[in-house]
Amino acid sequence: MTAQADDELWSAIGDPSRRRVLDLVVSNGEVSASWLAGHVPFSRQAVSKHLVVLEKAGLISRRKQGRQVLYRVDADRLDQATRAMADLAAQWDRRLGMIKRLAEAAYAEAGEQRGTEHKESYTHD
Amino acid sequence: MSGLVIEREILIEAPAEVVWRTITEPDQMSLWFADRVDLVVEPGAHGYMGFGDQGGPVVVEIVDPPTRFSFRWNHPRDEEPVVGNSMLVEFTLTPIGGERTRVRVSEGGHEVRDWSEAEKQRYADEHREGWGDFLERLAGVATERRSG
Repeated sequence: MTAQADDELWSAIGDPSRRRVLDLVVSNGEVSASWLAGHVPFSRQAVSKHLVVLEKAGLISRRKQGRQVLYRVDADRLDQATRAMADLAAQWDRRLGMIKRLAEAAYAEAGEQRGTEHKESYTHD
Repeated sequence: MSGLVIEREILIEAPAEVVWRTITEPDQMSLWFADRVDLVVEPGAHGYMGFGDQGGPVVVEIVDPPTRFSFRWNHPRDEEPVVGNSMLVEFTLTPIGGERTRVRVSEGGHEVRDWSEAEKQRYADEHREGWGDFLERLAGVATERRSG
C-alpha cells in the first residue's frame, strides 16, 4: 500500500522553517506571531505565512485575547501527523529491509556462480 | 537535504552496483515496492506503480548509476508532478569499501525556497538530531495534550 499523503499536512511539515515555527508553538504553549518573529531567523511576514499554512493544515488553531491573536497546537491533528510520519518511516524501513535481503542474496548468488566458473575453468586446465 | 520529511538508511553487504540493480530494475522493484511496476528508468520517464487495485503515476527525476535515483509520485492524476503537488523519493547509495553500500532514502514534499544557504546551514546545525527527534517530541506532546 502506498501512503496516501495528506497533501496539506505534508507540505506544512515538510518545510524546515515551518517546522521550526511549529516547534516553537509546541514547546511554548500559546504564542503570538510577534513573539514567534522574535525567535526565528526570518521575517515577521514569513512567520505569518507559515502560521496560515499550519492553520490550514489544522496543526494549530488561533484565538483572540484582547488585541492579540494567540496560536496553539491542535493535539489531535498533531497526533495524526505523527502517526502518518511514523507509518511512512516504518514503510520505508520495511522496503529497505527487503532491498537489503534481495541485494545480498543476488550478490551471494553471483559469488557462487563466479566460484563455479572458476572451478570449471580450473578443470579445463 | 533540508525540507525533506522522512529519511531512513540501511547498510547492505553488497556492492553499490548490485544494490543499484535491486533498487532500479522494474522486475526487482516489484519484489520490494509495488505489485506492478511499469517504468523505464530514465530521467523524465512517466510510469505507473500498482498496489493491488490501487496505484498511481510516477515520474523519474534523477538517474545517476550507481549512486542516485529519484522519482516523484502521489501527485494529482491529471497534473504534471512538480514541487508542491507531489512527493519526491530519493535514493542515495554510498559505497563503503568494495563490498558494502549504505543506502539512504528520503521522501518529502517541498524544498525550502525562502531561506538563504547560511540560514539553512544554521538551522541544520541547530537541528542536527533531525527528523526523528522532531517526530518523537511531537509524539510526546500529542500524548501529553491528550491526557492533559
